[in-house]
Amino acid sequence: MKHTIKNTLAVLLGSTLLLIAGCTQNNGSNGALGSDIAQRVYVAPGEHDEFYALVSGGFSGQLAVYGLPSGRLFRVIPVFSVDAEKAYGFNEETKAMLNTSYGFIPWGDSHHPDISQTNGELDGRWVFINENNTPRIARISLSTFETEEIIEIPNSAGNHSSSFVTENSEYVVAGTRFSVPVPQQDISIDEYKGKFKGAISFIGVDQETGHMDLSFQIMMPGFNYDLAHPGRGKSHGWMFFSTYNTEEANSLMEVNASQNDKDFIAAINWKKAEELIAAGEFDVMPANYAHNVYDESTHTATSTMKKEVRVIDPAKHPGLVYFLPTPKSPHGCDVDPTGEYIIGSGKLSAALTAHSFTNMLDAIENEKFDGDAYGIPILNYDDVVAGVVQQAGLGPLHTEFDGKGNAYTTFFISSEVVKWKVGTWEVLDRQPTYYSVGHLMIPGGNSRKPFGKYALAMNKITKDRYLPTGPELTQSAQLYDISGDKMELLLDFPTVGEPHYAAGIPADLIKPKQVKLYKLEDNNHPYVAKSEQETKVTRNGNEVHIYMTTIRSHFAPDNIEGIRVGDKVYFHVTNLEQDYDVPHGISMIGANTSELLIMPGQTETFVWEPKQIGVWPFYCTDFCSALHQEMQGYVRVSPKNSNVPLKWTLDGETR
Amino acid sequence: MKNLLLSLLVLASFSIWMTSCGGGQSKIDEIKANSIKTPADPMADWQSNHGVGPIKAFELPESVDQALVTTGQGVYNAKCTACHKIDKKFIGPSPKGILSRRTPAWTMNMILNPEEMVQKDPIAKQLLIDANGSPMANQSLTQEEARAILEYFRTL
Repeated sequence: MKHTIKNTLAVLLGSTLLLIAGCTQNNGSNGALGSDIAQRVYVAPGEHDEFYALVSGGFSGQLAVYGLPSGRLFRVIPVFSVDAEKAYGFNEETKAMLNTSYGFIPWGDSHHPDISQTNGELDGRWVFINENNTPRIARISLSTFETEEIIEIPNSAGNHSSSFVTENSEYVVAGTRFSVPVPQQDISIDEYKGKFKGAISFIGVDQETGHMDLSFQIMMPGFNYDLAHPGRGKSHGWMFFSTYNTEEANSLMEVNASQNDKDFIAAINWKKAEELIAAGEFDVMPANYAHNVYDESTHTATSTMKKEVRVIDPAKHPGLVYFLPTPKSPHGCDVDPTGEYIIGSGKLSAALTAHSFTNMLDAIENEKFDGDAYGIPILNYDDVVAGVVQQAGLGPLHTEFDGKGNAYTTFFISSEVVKWKVGTWEVLDRQPTYYSVGHLMIPGGNSRKPFGKYALAMNKITKDRYLPTGPELTQSAQLYDISGDKMELLLDFPTVGEPHYAAGIPADLIKPKQVKLYKLEDNNHPYVAKSEQETKVTRNGNEVHIYMTTIRSHFAPDNIEGIRVGDKVYFHVTNLEQDYDVPHGISMIGANTSELLIMPGQTETFVWEPKQIGVWPFYCTDFCSALHQEMQGYVRVSPKNSNVPLKWTLDGETR
Repeated sequence: MKNLLLSLLVLASFSIWMTSCGGGQSKIDEIKANSIKTPADPMADWQSNHGVGPIKAFELPESVDQALVTTGQGVYNAKCTACHKIDKKFIGPSPKGILSRRTPAWTMNMILNPEEMVQKDPIAKQLLIDANGSPMANQSLTQEEARAILEYFRTL
């Protein structure tokens, strides 16, 4: 009897094991239907994601921070658009960040984030992102996830082939999509050909502070400059830009800019440009562009107007720029991790073109030129091309690399990601996207060292993929596991605005650098109150400054009298907390601006212009503690000519 | 047959339980009495309570270190006065005479480790209730700064 039970148990156990083993094997090849897919993107409560994904917000103007593989949204960093939630562009401290040569602009179109590098590898110091409409480049700290700097780009219009960093973050480059008269002048649009120019800007980056400076511009022919990527390894020192509209059309572009069988990838030798700058071989052009810097010690941004720019004419300097013929209105211009291949995605073609850097140098050395365009030598297509990925799909846009010899290209028209082999140019796999994919991102994809575990495809159209929300639908991102031979779709998640490019980085490169609070001792804001003893209210004519503090759970002062209709009242509020994750907010009834959201140790300012007499409350807008509902105060507003003296108290006492 | 056996078994075990508990009205009264007993005052044995945190029990030296007092007063004014006044209870209690109510280590642990203190330390738990749930803010002070504040408290 006992013996029988034992045997039965053994058989049961054995078959269960077999079953489990069977399941595991099956899941590997089941694609999106595999039952372990959910587990592979599941990050348990309290656990952290493996990667950060910094996803551009497109026409939202912002940059969104997601975790991968979960697709969870952590933060939307305000960059080029105002953000009432965070008071960005609303408080007195950050208005200057959105200053331009056209004045304050509350909105932008953010496109291509790129993370700083050291020796061709991601270093997690900063992420840069371009604004397309009013050409600008922003630098965001990856310690505070705040926008620290924005520089406007003069002579540029439609700042699209931006913001890509060289392999030691020497430069962030910004190329103009639309060519314009340079300098701007009142001429007929019909005079486009020859008179319109395309400025390519090289913005130097201070390695200590990250501060950007427009080092020089190369004034290119009047084509459209679409995307760019830096050389790396052997091609470090070169920058590659895709062009279209080499027809130099200026109307009905969808037809007239699509005539030429081949456009160009422009190869720019920026080391050579540096030599020219050092030798004084440049022109100084008058210009007017804003440079906005946020200072972490004063918690305040300042805007400076810059008045000139150094310009290099490539026609005058042989060896600076070469054109590589590339079919057909190439969009993406991507360089593989070794720096040897430059991939042009001819968006009106079905094929991908891979140029060889070695071939290019050889053609240059042997002067195998096929004419020139505005004095810039055109290399022979057959001399530089290394291979073509044939009939890979329709409408190729962008390519990223996994660091294992494979490339992944998105196809907008056929809505798919295609995996192919660098060097043999054979297609290895293809997976659909839902739908109309633009960019894709592999963490570290624009570096010598990609982290080839996941690819994130970013889609323009979602139609039936989510619960409908009226006529306007979300855009989306899709996560693929690319660690095996075949790509596997793991996850769909909606995004903020339209995601153009994204930048991904292992979380371990970012987490240890996080700023948790600002030290009160280091706060150099001109209106700081570092303790309640320093709180006060001052009047200068109709301008009133309130030096206020917050701590759980009260404001000091919280009763203010002597304010008059017609005053301009500045609330300068310092958060005295010195603990992690204890912000306070404040808003005042009738204030024509946003709330403040003040981090520990920080000072922020909002303006209130009282219009009616009475007693008006203000309160903490961020649930800060058990006594948050008690965190409030009152301001008495008297008539314009009143004699009510200025008085400020907390619990009946003046500090 | 089977059911009968089961009933017998249940009955037997119930009898055993009754016997072992002693049973009766007196027992119930005893349980009732225990349940309404006032809990011990956590403040009562403050002298043996050194709190929870990085600071272990220690003795203060006889003499007061005046230089340390000056430092401590500076830190106290900068980081603590939003909630603590010398002359009255404000958000939190006045620190005046604190060393006749709390040990030196407890005081420093409350400054340095308030989140854990209000969860684990009986005195801190009671103080949080007394303050209507207003938490003691962690001002991220160093041990040196907390020690200096303690020295300042000795002079109040």
